[in-house]
Amino acid sequence: MSTPAGATTRPLAVAGARGRWLRGSGVWLLAALVVALLPVVIRTPVAVPVMNQMGIAIVFALSYNMLLGQGGMLSFGHAVYFGLGGFIAAHALNHAGQGTLWLPLPLVPLVGGLGGLLFAALFGSFSTGRSGTVFAMISLGIAELMAASSLIFNEFFGGEEGITANRTKAPLLLGLEFTTDRQVYYLIAFWALVTTALMYAFSRTPVGRMANAVRDNPERAEFVGYSARWVRYVTFCASGFFAGIAGGLFAANYEILTAENMGLNASGSVLLMTYIGGIGYFLGPVLGAIVFTFLQSMLSDYTDVWLLYLGIVFLATVLFVPMGLTGIVVMHGAVWRARRLGRLVLPYLATAAALAVAALGVVGLVEMIHVLVSAPVSRGTRRLFWVLVNVRTVTPWVAFAAIAVAGVLALRWTMPRAGAAFAEASRPGDAR
Amino acid sequence: MSAAIELEGVHKHFGVTPIIRGVDLAIEAGTRQALIGPNGAGKSTLFNLITGKYPVSRGRIRLKGEDVTGRRPNEINRRGLSRSFQVTNIFPRLSVFENVRCAVLWSMGYGYAFWRFVDRSREARERTETVLEQLNLTARRDVPAGVLSYAEQRALEIGITIAGGADVILLDEPTSGMSRSETEQVVQLIRQVTAGRTLLMVEHDMSVVFDLADRIAVLVYGQVIAHDTPERIRASAAVQEAYLGVPAHA
Repeated sequence: MSTPAGATTRPLAVAGARGRWLRGSGVWLLAALVVALLPVVIRTPVAVPVMNQMGIAIVFALSYNMLLGQGGMLSFGHAVYFGLGGFIAAHALNHAGQGTLWLPLPLVPLVGGLGGLLFAALFGSFSTGRSGTVFAMISLGIAELMAASSLIFNEFFGGEEGITANRTKAPLLLGLEFTTDRQVYYLIAFWALVTTALMYAFSRTPVGRMANAVRDNPERAEFVGYSARWVRYVTFCASGFFAGIAGGLFAANYEILTAENMGLNASGSVLLMTYIGGIGYFLGPVLGAIVFTFLQSMLSDYTDVWLLYLGIVFLATVLFVPMGLTGIVVMHGAVWRARRLGRLVLPYLATAAALAVAALGVVGLVEMIHVLVSAPVSRGTRRLFWVLVNVRTVTPWVAFAAIAVAGVLALRWTMPRAGAAFAEASRPGDAR
Repeated sequence: MSAAIELEGVHKHFGVTPIIRGVDLAIEAGTRQALIGPNGAGKSTLFNLITGKYPVSRGRIRLKGEDVTGRRPNEINRRGLSRSFQVTNIFPRLSVFENVRCAVLWSMGYGYAFWRFVDRSREARERTETVLEQLNLTARRDVPAGVLSYAEQRALEIGITIAGGADVILLDEPTSGMSRSETEQVVQLIRQVTAGRTLLMVEHDMSVVFDLADRIAVLVYGQVIAHDTPERIRASAAVQEAYLGVPAHA
């Protein structure tokens, strides 16, 4: 392992053998323990609803990465299977409440999953023939089709109000009640862990491995006996199943589904969070879903244009770190093992400071533009960070522009140095 | 003697341009044969017809006696025919080990299974390791195939082709772009992995052709003008004129 040839290929070799440690049961037990203790450790009342949202997003994003990261299928309509699964789960929940169906709440996500599977089996039958642009366009078409259908099939989609349900009316299983967010948290945590394990297991099956092969080279897969179309179809159905489970969890948690939940925005969000987390890693979407949901729920408290900032984060990911947040973590694994992480602290702190200054300036400008175009003419003052600014005066514009420029200039100075420090620290050779 | 591959009046045209103009050819089972001809003669097209990549315009193709005309590549592969490509055609982001293992899965009956773990399969692992040993790539097994050297990728290309245990092997210019010593190693490898199987290969390097082939088919402008033993091909005036007279680019 210490030969120069072996060492130079190491970062890529790690990527090739990635996730091997996920095969041990210890990791899963540890994850279960952490997830079980989270609501006990984090006592803030707002945390539990946010964690519920994260759990749902994790399942949804992991199911999306079965398509994008593992199967090479770029879908713009994955929320269709999330939403349809959710609607079916909500209807099932209502039947359970009326006593026409024996269905306790813990099994509702499974109904959602079967709903997602059903529609994935239907739509996948003609959309998985090709990957690439054709697949992406068909997925967009299906999303549009469902948006139109939601206006037509009022009975099923409930029109503008959507379908509401009441989880407390469902029959009890083992006496488990789900009245509080905290109780639902454990339901979501259970399903998130189970589906994550199942999705990981899927990636280690013959068809899961062949999904990677078809992603890399569909032609060659045909010449070793596999139909690229069938491999994509099976992957697509599995992905739809897990997306439907996420939709079922959504129905159980929020007790309402609207057509928005299967719209293009929802499909865009799952693409964003998966990509930000890193599509090349099994756990990438988990990190992406957590970060995305956190930013979403925090930012939306402070600003109306939070979606714009998420868009900027997405753009920055695509442009500068295409391997995603998980990729950054994995890259630093080698440095950590070589015990050289300490050398990176100063250059990274400098870059972070420069980034914070640049962000301060840009955010200030964006918020002022937002106030300028949305506030009535008479009112032009707003509290930005720690100062009250009047957007109809010149001074704050000059100030924030100057801060932004200073931050960008500082970044141009610190970033290459941080990059050089990383290259130096990750260079193979004597430890210490 | 039974034929592994039989072509009967095979035609192929792209639009109005005829590329293959009536090929009748029988490749006897258990022999190593070469398909030679000048550039643009249609050798690769003929390969693509036999392996199902392109549909024939006219004619029939039989594999081990069974009509496979119009079958898809994966269906033909499942009937025991496997091919390599002129331009390296591997799974670049998968490890070398996984590249080979993907090629053994179907023949071992794993199909589209999602209810069993592939890493638990001892037979798939052992078969893959045997092939890697033959390819001399055991030390590189965990490296992504995309970062292998050119010669290593060419070896892997052959490995993916033969790993599934197909008994009819088609190799498209296996030694193209290789140095003398690399070529010799590949010839060794081909000899070893095709023992007891049927081999048809397109090759421009005449020393490789005369070294390996029991019989040689000469394709010129979409027609087979000769199909005979290496000695007779070398002596044939028609072949001399059409092909060997032109200096072959080695």
